[in-house]
Amino acid sequence: MVAAPDYSVAEALRKENLSQADYDEICRRLGRAPNRAELGMFGVMWSEHCCYRNSRPLLQGFPTTGPRILVGPGENAGVVDLGEGQRLAFKIESHNHPSAVEPFQGAATGVGGILRDIFTMGARPIALLNALRFGPLEDERNVGLMEGVVAGIAHYGNCVGVPTVGGEVAFDASYSGNPLVNAMALGLMETEQIVCSGAEGVGYPVVYVGSTTGRDGMGGASFASAELTEASLDDRPAVQVGDPFLEKGLIEACLEAFQSGDVVAAQDMGAAGLTCSCSEMAAKGGLGIELDLDRVPAREAGMTPYEFLLSESQERMLFVVKPGREQALMERFTRWGLQAAVVGRVLEDNIVRVLQKGEVAAEVPASALADDTPINHHELLSEPPAEIQAHWRWSEDQLPAASAAGITPAGGTATSWNDALLALLDDPTIASKRWVYRQYDHQVQANTVVPPGGADAAVVRLRPQQGEGAMAPATRGVAAVVDCPNRWVALDPERGGMAAVAEAARNLSCVGAEPLAVTDNLNFPSPETPTGYWQLAQACRGLSAACSALDTPVTGGNVSLYNETRLPDGTMQPIHPTPVVGMVGLVHDLAQVRGQAWREAGDAIWLLGVPLSETADARVTLAGSSYLERIHGALTGRPPEIDLVLEKTVQAFLRQAIAAGLVASAHDLSDGGLAVALAEACIASPAQASLGADLALPAAARGRLDRLLFAEGGARILVSVPAERHQAWRAALESSASAGAAPVPAECLGSVLEQPRLRLRQGDQTLIDLPVADLRRSFEQAIPRRLGPDLPPTA
Amino acid sequence: MTVGVLVFPGSNCDRDVRWALEGCLGVPTTFLWHEQRQLDGIDAVVIPGGFSYGDYLRCGAIARFAPVLEAVRAFAAAGGPVLGICNGFQVLTEMGLLPGALTRNAGLHFICEPAELRVSPGGCRWLQGYGAGETIRLPIAHGEGRYQCDPEDLRRLEDNGQVVLRYAANPNGSVGDVAGISNPAGNVLGLMPHPERACDPVTGGVDGRPLLASLLR
Repeated sequence: MVAAPDYSVAEALRKENLSQADYDEICRRLGRAPNRAELGMFGVMWSEHCCYRNSRPLLQGFPTTGPRILVGPGENAGVVDLGEGQRLAFKIESHNHPSAVEPFQGAATGVGGILRDIFTMGARPIALLNALRFGPLEDERNVGLMEGVVAGIAHYGNCVGVPTVGGEVAFDASYSGNPLVNAMALGLMETEQIVCSGAEGVGYPVVYVGSTTGRDGMGGASFASAELTEASLDDRPAVQVGDPFLEKGLIEACLEAFQSGDVVAAQDMGAAGLTCSCSEMAAKGGLGIELDLDRVPAREAGMTPYEFLLSESQERMLFVVKPGREQALMERFTRWGLQAAVVGRVLEDNIVRVLQKGEVAAEVPASALADDTPINHHELLSEPPAEIQAHWRWSEDQLPAASAAGITPAGGTATSWNDALLALLDDPTIASKRWVYRQYDHQVQANTVVPPGGADAAVVRLRPQQGEGAMAPATRGVAAVVDCPNRWVALDPERGGMAAVAEAARNLSCVGAEPLAVTDNLNFPSPETPTGYWQLAQACRGLSAACSALDTPVTGGNVSLYNETRLPDGTMQPIHPTPVVGMVGLVHDLAQVRGQAWREAGDAIWLLGVPLSETADARVTLAGSSYLERIHGALTGRPPEIDLVLEKTVQAFLRQAIAAGLVASAHDLSDGGLAVALAEACIASPAQASLGADLALPAAARGRLDRLLFAEGGARILVSVPAERHQAWRAALESSASAGAAPVPAECLGSVLEQPRLRLRQGDQTLIDLPVADLRRSFEQAIPRRLGPDLPPTA
Repeated sequence: MTVGVLVFPGSNCDRDVRWALEGCLGVPTTFLWHEQRQLDGIDAVVIPGGFSYGDYLRCGAIARFAPVLEAVRAFAAAGGPVLGICNGFQVLTEMGLLPGALTRNAGLHFICEPAELRVSPGGCRWLQGYGAGETIRLPIAHGEGRYQCDPEDLRRLEDNGQVVLRYAANPNGSVGDVAGISNPAGNVLGLMPHPERACDPVTGGVDGRPLLASLLR
């Protein structure tokens, strides 16, 4: 029998988001009732955010090993071997809930947190990307959220001096009130040894560095693991305030400290602050940590143990340091104007002991907090939910007939193909994100080879910022991308999950980079509904299958559940399930990096992947397409089958062709299909170059011209080939067929025009004929015109 | 020839300036920590971009009290070449080596984009590698680059030929389209655009090379 604690258990459990069963388990593990501070520690450590209590069984299917993987899931970030002595740390993380209630600081601290994950490993951050989701911009609240999030990312990333080189932004009504903010960071290792988090050395001092601890961000991890309601706005104190200036100093001081060899283990303080860092370091090292709160640099007086332990004040780290070296180490930090203090020591027993005013304020076995954390078991539906099955019954035959003149959507007006293309370019999800990325410093560190908007993936040169090699010319680079076709995931989470990986790898291949590894951010609604858990499970299946097939293991990531909003009428509005895939690739020769833009008039335009004439193929469809949603107002159908073998073949062929210098430009087909990809290649070409494209399309069966123009799927990539390399290109295609491998499907559709027009013909009929200036206007102004003043043209 | 590159807590283009000067142009550099008081053996000073001291209070307002800047002031007075880029320009105006002030961009947003500039080198020693009226393209990356001064000061600057760089399409609301100004002697230049980001063909244009290479003339 456990003695009754001195607080209301029911109320405390509600506050900590724990169940009675959790409480009973805690009492069993401790052999007594926890005090209030201890219960708080369990609350954060047993939240989905910290221990994946809903998703862990599903994550176990991910491939996590490979010849290039040095550090897989479980550490602060994954690390891959780039060869030539270079190693890359990378990771993605969400800050969705904080951004929903306080977009500026929520997004800013998301950037700060992911950067700490990188430099805690001993890597200097070299690039940031982000994946964002908002509700439609027709709603002022969504505009405010987007402005705040973008300004917050810019504030932190620009000041801390890490370029924001890429990302993706998409809009859907399901994200109204629950935006998604996923930040990804890449870092180049600067230390010999990868710095890990497991404590070592009984009696070694534990050193706290960085900012002070205050009452901000209390209980952020628990807050992040519950759905959003109107009352969530009252949780604004759970959102931390970031200081990128301090973080900049922290990066420099930490990397200096790691290079000194005096730091035995390091852990940043993110979610769950001191609680998480102490228990992770203790649990991973099989040792204990004693922490004296009286020595923790505090921002305000009178803080209770509970507040110290659960504070999520930003820009803090905990180190285990070699004895006798702590003074020299702390001076590195004070030189940068940072706090540094010895706050405890490593214990032999595997416990976290917290002292305040000479008394034990909390004492918990580290393994009780961090190991064998509870799992919420959910039953997996044996077949897709009824509403999904209904969507899958939709077929293209339900669309009105299409002719060369266009189509008249049910209940709508006659729409020419010109109009349809301009409408798709005006869709904020497809349109230029220049309004967003011009607010990010994408050049600092002087290594950005491809600026945002220039190619299918960002490319950063691998030139160290410090030490040996910093002043030497470098010819290799790293490419990175974030991707998630959330519309497809909503309609078929398994295919959508596969498509996210396939598209990320395709994007990397388009710039000529070899895909290496994945970090994933699973943004989902509540797993406690049958549909919610089914979505999560199916998406994980899809991700696993595609990562295995494309040889891109998962090195870690983040899970963000309960992304739903309680509407005023009491019903829950879940987000589209959004498994964001962050993928990194290696560029062997920067001189061969390719962009989207046409290079020269007369270059031949080819389509790789499922050919246009292939009409009854489940790998290409209008179901779940941007065209279906935007032009016909329907979000329905079963997204295309993902042919991972074809993806791999096409991508490998393209990379070889790029390396052999056969390709002038490459751009994958995504939202809006062929017509939008062609338009984007025209728009990306500099205005003064005055290039366009002229294409003759094959016949479409069943009269579905819209399928020809706007269907999605099929591992398709648009490529332009210089006239003088055309013969070599054809030879390469032919030998791909004879090498015993599956032949690479490819067809020549036309050529780059010395005139800024996009023209698509079929036989003697013109389907689309538009000046590039018109395409550019729709594409460039789609977002600005919904926010206010138009953007000036690029210089 | 050794160029001193100042480093404040929060500077973040210090290494980029070093890469442009040393890696791209072969000009040796050394970092000068904000607390040092000597510039021995330094032939030119660059105050790089970034967010010195977090740019709290006001951009460059805290940096102006840094010990190293007393030495820079004396160095400039003796005719030594001093270049302030972005945050460095803000610091130069805050410490009074250049007139005027830089305030929040007219559109309130941070802007990172290439900008077309018209160069009027006049007597500015940093710009002698450009022809009068030449148009160049340098990246800008700032949230507070809107140059402000009263109309009389602007007229005086223009009459003296001190408005040496102007935006072709004003991105931030600067008076007189000012992108960069020099002191009357021509040895001190402050500009918001980043010449060090335009010295390397791999990462962009090379229009910034003549500016930094002026140190080799």
